[in-house]
Amino acid sequence: MQLVLEKRVERSTKIAILSPLLAIALTLVTMSILFAILGKNPVMALYVYFVEPLTDSFTLMEIAVKATPLVMIAVGLSLCYLANVWNIGAEGQFIMGAVCGSYLAVVTNGTDPGPWVLPAMLVMGAAGGALWAMIPALCKVRYGANEILTSLMLVYVADLIMDYLVRGPWRDPKGMNFPTTASFDPVATVPTLFETGRIHWGALAALIVVALATVMLGRTIKGFEIRVVGAAPRAARFAGFNSKKLVVFTFAVSGALAGLAGIIEVAGPVGVLQPGISPGYGFTAIIVAFLGRLNPVGILIAGLFLALTFIGGEGAQISMKIPLDLTKVFQGILLFYVLACDSLILYRIRLIASPKKAAHGTA
Amino acid sequence: MKKLMMTAAVAALTIVSTGFSASAADKLKIGFIYLGPVGDLGWTYMHELGRQMMVKELGDKVETTYLENVSEGPDSERSIEQLARTGHQLIFTTSFGYMDPTLKVAKKYPKIKFEHATGFKRADNMGTYSGKFHEGRYIQGVIAGKMSKTGTLGYIASFPIPEVIAGINATILGAQTTNPNIKLKVIWVNTWFDPGKEADAAKALADQGVDVIMQHTDSPAAMQVAAQRGIMAFGQDSDMIKFGPKTQLTAIVNNWGPYYTRAAKAALDGTWKAEDTWDGLKEKMVLMAAYTNMPDDVKALAEKTEAEIIAGTLNPFKCPVLGQDGKPVECKGGANLDNGQILGMNFYVKGVDDKIPGK
Repeated sequence: MQLVLEKRVERSTKIAILSPLLAIALTLVTMSILFAILGKNPVMALYVYFVEPLTDSFTLMEIAVKATPLVMIAVGLSLCYLANVWNIGAEGQFIMGAVCGSYLAVVTNGTDPGPWVLPAMLVMGAAGGALWAMIPALCKVRYGANEILTSLMLVYVADLIMDYLVRGPWRDPKGMNFPTTASFDPVATVPTLFETGRIHWGALAALIVVALATVMLGRTIKGFEIRVVGAAPRAARFAGFNSKKLVVFTFAVSGALAGLAGIIEVAGPVGVLQPGISPGYGFTAIIVAFLGRLNPVGILIAGLFLALTFIGGEGAQISMKIPLDLTKVFQGILLFYVLACDSLILYRIRLIASPKKAAHGTA
Repeated sequence: MKKLMMTAAVAALTIVSTGFSASAADKLKIGFIYLGPVGDLGWTYMHELGRQMMVKELGDKVETTYLENVSEGPDSERSIEQLARTGHQLIFTTSFGYMDPTLKVAKKYPKIKFEHATGFKRADNMGTYSGKFHEGRYIQGVIAGKMSKTGTLGYIASFPIPEVIAGINATILGAQTTNPNIKLKVIWVNTWFDPGKEADAAKALADQGVDVIMQHTDSPAAMQVAAQRGIMAFGQDSDMIKFGPKTQLTAIVNNWGPYYTRAAKAALDGTWKAEDTWDGLKEKMVLMAAYTNMPDDVKALAEKTEAEIIAGTLNPFKCPVLGQDGKPVECKGGANLDNGQILGMNFYVKGVDDKIPGK
């Protein structure tokens, strides 16, 4: 007897819905075992991770703050991935968006230039991200260069450009040589939504992005084109869809969204341009995009869920002294189970008689 | 299933209620924000040892919590506020990059005491503390001047902030007392902790004829490279002798424990004030590891230098201090440079073979 994976003739809708739930259930079981091994009460640990952050306005707002850039970037990436375009460099587009938008904040610092600054920064941030994404897009369209490599490598270039600027020309003259710009003026800062807490208008922008992407993918020809080119390139060619133009389009949109997320993050919660503005948002967003099954609403949920694990993990460090590493283990296990369970959508597990024995029988 | 959910709910409730009652009353809750993992063997590790020392001293009068690997970007403000919201009355934020976030949270929670390491912004409820690490650097310079056969020292530097520049200057000033023609090569790695980059820098320095390596970065990687190459090195942050038993001459050891104990005691008995603390060898915030792998006369010289700094008869920045152009720097502190000049140091002294990046 042995277990084999057998390809399903048809995709199972029931499994498609059940798969993420199964993955979460398996993650919870595994984590409970790990908590127990560490000598922590699993029920209490899971409570601290998943329930406690939802019971308090401060942590709820912080979840939104953390999820905002993740959701924005991931929605853009999902368009690429649906079209079979592999943009891995959202981190670089995020940074270049932050850099381009910050330019205005730096040159107008202390001059009280008026309320046009912030909107102009947002536009420049989106443009900066989109232009940075154009490099791998054009290299792919024109020269057939693999966009996975080019977009990823440009992350490090972007990082170094930012590094150069904040250590050199843009460095805060009063900052004791530390690599950071001066704090942005209030006119160059994304306002918070409420008196207390850090939740800012960027969170609403992320919701708008989710809504627009849902409409575009579900109701427009462009959305249809993206999905056809991704799922059946030959059919798309017969239908007259231009896959090269689509590469440029999806890269531009995802670059612009990553750039917008970058400038919102810098002009919002951070308030200065400095190395370390992104704790890897551009890469985490790839996980968010796939956890959300490349669907905008799914991405919103996945982004909030991942943010919850970050905040809950911090709470667990404080109240239960659970090490940070366990939070990372936890996120890794979750992704592992999600991918593993997804294979059940296309395949099914069957128990069959060992083929070896069968072979003996006929011989 | 229903039963299981009930059990879970009851368990959760008991946890919440006991959580509130246990932490109240007399125990002082103290929080720490760490930049790296507690196992980095460098900067964060030494703060963690300081925390442990404080807990040992004060026992059950205090209860401590730490958050590790807190990036200096958007997360740090939330992490600090999380500690403030969960009943921590004294919060240490242990890296320069937490300065503005700490100040923001301190303004929001005026009753909670904050201590920020190595920064320069303060408030009524936010003090700062740092070590006079340049005192240790000066001793290392004295030793290196004696020990180097090639007459060229190598320095792995992190960021061109005043503390690092003052360290480079103190090193060469010390080395010039034992070898007037000493040369110092600097490599900027633009990181506090990146073993790969630190090792590469050490290799590059060794290839350029350097035979004593010192570092202002946190990992023992340079020590290991020096051990492979058969040259000498100094440890940083902690005693790194086990990474180079035949290589380490001495190490600058960051000893935060006494300060953490002092601050916690002050908070316990109500005498805590937001101050600017800058302690050195004398107050034992900076310690020198054992002087090893050197002849007795060099060891005696190092010990003498250390004793003189502790006694206050020797100051590494004794005037006249000559700038890179050979002209004396303005001497604001009378016989020595004043603290402000050292804390804001943005120039090289004579003999440094480098240009300050971005200047």
